[in-house]
Amino acid sequence: MPKDSGIGASPKRREDIRFLTGTGNYTDDININGQTYAWFIRSDVAHGTINSIDASAAEAMEGVLKVFTSADFAEAGGIPCGWEVTDRHGQPMQEPKHPILAEGKVRHVGDPIAVVVAETLEQARDAAEAVEIDIDELEAVIDMKAAVAEGATKVHDDLTSNLCYDWGFVEENREAVDEAIKSAAHVTTLELVNNRVVANPMEPRVAVGDYNRAGDEHTLYTTSQNPHVIRLLMGAFVLSIPEHKLRVVAPDVGGGFGAKIYHYAEEAFVTYAAKVLNRPVKWTSSRSEAFISDAHGRDHVTKIELAMDENHKFTAVRTDTYANMGAYLSTFAPSVPTWLHGTLMAGNYITPLIYVNVKAVFTNTVPVDAYRGAGRPEATFQLERVIDKAARELGMDPVELRRKNFIQPDQFPYDTPVAVTYDTGNYDATMDKALEVADYAGFEARRAESEARGKLRGIGVAHYIEACGIAPSNLVGQLGARAGLYESATVRVNATGSISVFTGSHSHGQGHETTFAQVVSEMIGVDASQIDIVHGDTSKVPMGMGTYGSRSIAVGGSAMVRATEKIINKAKKIAAHLMEASEADIELKDGAFSVAGTDKSVAWGDVTLAAYVPHNYPLEDIEPGLEESAFYDPANFTYPSGAYICELEVDPETGVIDMLNFTAADDFGNVINPMIVEGQVHGGLAQGIGQALMEACIYDENGQLLSGSFMDYTMPRADDMPMMNVDHSCQTPCTHNPLGVKGCGEAGAIGSPPAVVNAVIDALHRAGHKVEHIDMPVSPARVWKAMHG
Amino acid sequence: MTKVTMTINGKPRSGEAEGRTLLASFLREELGLTGTHVGCDTSQCGACVVHVDGKAVKSCTMFALEADGAQVDTIEGQADADGTLNSLQQAFQDYHGLQCGFCTPGMVMSAAALLKDNPKPSEAEIRHYLEGNICRCTGYHNIVRAILAASGQDVPAVAAE
Repeated sequence: MPKDSGIGASPKRREDIRFLTGTGNYTDDININGQTYAWFIRSDVAHGTINSIDASAAEAMEGVLKVFTSADFAEAGGIPCGWEVTDRHGQPMQEPKHPILAEGKVRHVGDPIAVVVAETLEQARDAAEAVEIDIDELEAVIDMKAAVAEGATKVHDDLTSNLCYDWGFVEENREAVDEAIKSAAHVTTLELVNNRVVANPMEPRVAVGDYNRAGDEHTLYTTSQNPHVIRLLMGAFVLSIPEHKLRVVAPDVGGGFGAKIYHYAEEAFVTYAAKVLNRPVKWTSSRSEAFISDAHGRDHVTKIELAMDENHKFTAVRTDTYANMGAYLSTFAPSVPTWLHGTLMAGNYITPLIYVNVKAVFTNTVPVDAYRGAGRPEATFQLERVIDKAARELGMDPVELRRKNFIQPDQFPYDTPVAVTYDTGNYDATMDKALEVADYAGFEARRAESEARGKLRGIGVAHYIEACGIAPSNLVGQLGARAGLYESATVRVNATGSISVFTGSHSHGQGHETTFAQVVSEMIGVDASQIDIVHGDTSKVPMGMGTYGSRSIAVGGSAMVRATEKIINKAKKIAAHLMEASEADIELKDGAFSVAGTDKSVAWGDVTLAAYVPHNYPLEDIEPGLEESAFYDPANFTYPSGAYICELEVDPETGVIDMLNFTAADDFGNVINPMIVEGQVHGGLAQGIGQALMEACIYDENGQLLSGSFMDYTMPRADDMPMMNVDHSCQTPCTHNPLGVKGCGEAGAIGSPPAVVNAVIDALHRAGHKVEHIDMPVSPARVWKAMHG
Repeated sequence: MTKVTMTINGKPRSGEAEGRTLLASFLREELGLTGTHVGCDTSQCGACVVHVDGKAVKSCTMFALEADGAQVDTIEGQADADGTLNSLQQAFQDYHGLQCGFCTPGMVMSAAALLKDNPKPSEAEIRHYLEGNICRCTGYHNIVRAILAASGQDVPAVAAE
């Protein structure tokens, strides 16, 4: 059994105490003396020309300090995009300017036009009503295929069309794939929609800007998953503030799920306005505002073709996808439908030829960017749905068709035809485990019992793989990332032996303060209570690329391990000096150094004290002090995988679905804290089940977001969710990071949507309804219509 | 502005409120009790649940003036004076019933109200009662388990302890 606080144990989370007692420090809890309040005036039309903005009446109102428009940001840069995709003809993507406040045109409902700053929020809101804005509404472009049709209205006048890029991958395989599909024994085709969703972390976004004129110092408190990335993007590209004059703090952050990765206009606004007004400026998003200003997720329309030979071996996959970018390019948007999606189209299977075509399209909608899983759920959904359909066409068990094509354990490392090399995996093992936990064999008896009650019971299986631990910097640089994605850590050992770890990863629910301390505790042998994890403040942590892409433990944790190794190496030198022994003979165990083969030993605290306040110290050989930093760049992505099984009942009278059971058997490699890992899977599953059954962003033809609040956008509630069976006992450790970990944050959201839809289709087929597909969200109305026409 | 006085977590507190000031804003902005959170603007999410005269209330649906003279209990008053978590809070920690912590104050206050009315709720009753509290992190799984545990009932062994 693991110790109470080391790797593999499930100590309770230390961060829980403040969250359970109302003493957390979220950004909206921060109030600074002299603080003013910003209210954003946003476009209520999807597309239009701004003729005039008259703020004179508003500026004369009580408490109003200033009304800002784009004219105030003439010197500022646009909000930058962090990834450049090259299209199938070798040309760079079309990249429009993304201004802080709209310049001449508005391009989506929610596009910020002007900002009122006043002494109180109520004064700012009241004054906003008095700002007169004259807009000529233009035709809105909402549907992606219409947006790229000949003669379509352009979202950006200075671009040649609404096509951001036309990407082919692997372009050299295009003709070979066409040929393989033509000559295949069997081809299964499926057209599907990956529905647009909103991340909706429970804490809305907040930004507070503060400025110290004496030192020309800016501070931004913001709800971010990566404060250093915001400092870099905003400081270097938008406001021209050097790092030593710009501190970005992301304190307790109430969930992110991708939506809090990106640099947003509101952050640059409050930072800039605080200097202009020489007062702190606070902006707090309402939920309704979040729906029209947070980056959305998914929104792909795809046709996929799966070709097989006469033995049901996959021979080729061809996909044709339209991906919505929205009105502007959000920070990572271009990478999601391309490098986070096309590279996963091999799934867990041997498929010699793959061609992925993606047309990224501008529309008059909120920008779309990465949402939990980002590209990988879209890839998994296509593959796992088309395989289910193929199995049905071939009269095969869908599990058997998958097994027949699985990459086998002895084939790793496995080079896929889509640029990535899987290091480890055992897909039959995760499939076996899921079938066992879900009692797949007992399904027919349960189905008969449901039938007796007039209910249609179905079971759906999906197997996913993801590439995470983002990312090997050299590789992503070749793929268009404008920054490498390494991570850093500093380990500071204090004189009496306690330890502060400064990590560039950011925790917004993942429990880093607990799990990262477990790792260092295990390595050094001191109790975790002696170890603090510091994150989220650029003035404390030297550098960091933040938390997304299930990268925290795989990349940030690895940096921390490397820094801790340096600490141990130096501490051994000091211990050798104290014990007058050879460094090579020093062993560290349970927080004490000993000399091999002797009974000599010194405690951890004696060595750390000697590092700082020595009387007798070998200055020629070792510097005093005990603090080390490390940067870690992963050699490869990590590849978690797993089998998911959904069991549900459909009410044939109403189309209502009752989720009965969900099983997840994941291979995350080594696991640091099983309790936290299981919690991450539960949350991912809930988001995937939510996407599959109820969540949807609905725009009307004029570009109005009809599902723009929690009244209209269906969030999964407690009584929508089943108890979940989560297993992570199948472990093929990652071969290229020091902890053998793969990352667990996104898995649930990646693997669950196809399992749910497969289960619904299964239930309908078993009842004689020859329904091949229902688009997500699989609502009761859609199910009923599929059954009854 | 009107002076409003209420007994909050057993202690008299006063502050100024406009007619339109919501109880949630009054607690957060006027009294600095930032444990009560605001996660939406349509009274859906439940992050702002407090108890007013013993009943669970979404504090964004009530004006501060309406609570004048009331007994109000918030997340800040749930632990013992020395900071020891109460049994419900402790169960949330023990069963990993929270992740980002933003919905947690409302979840704990709702669950406390449930257990007061129904000391041994079934899993289905818990799920139904939490209909007005949204969590985006946990999938509710461990919240339900925490509440079962806090009520002294068996907890389904569907996740590792």
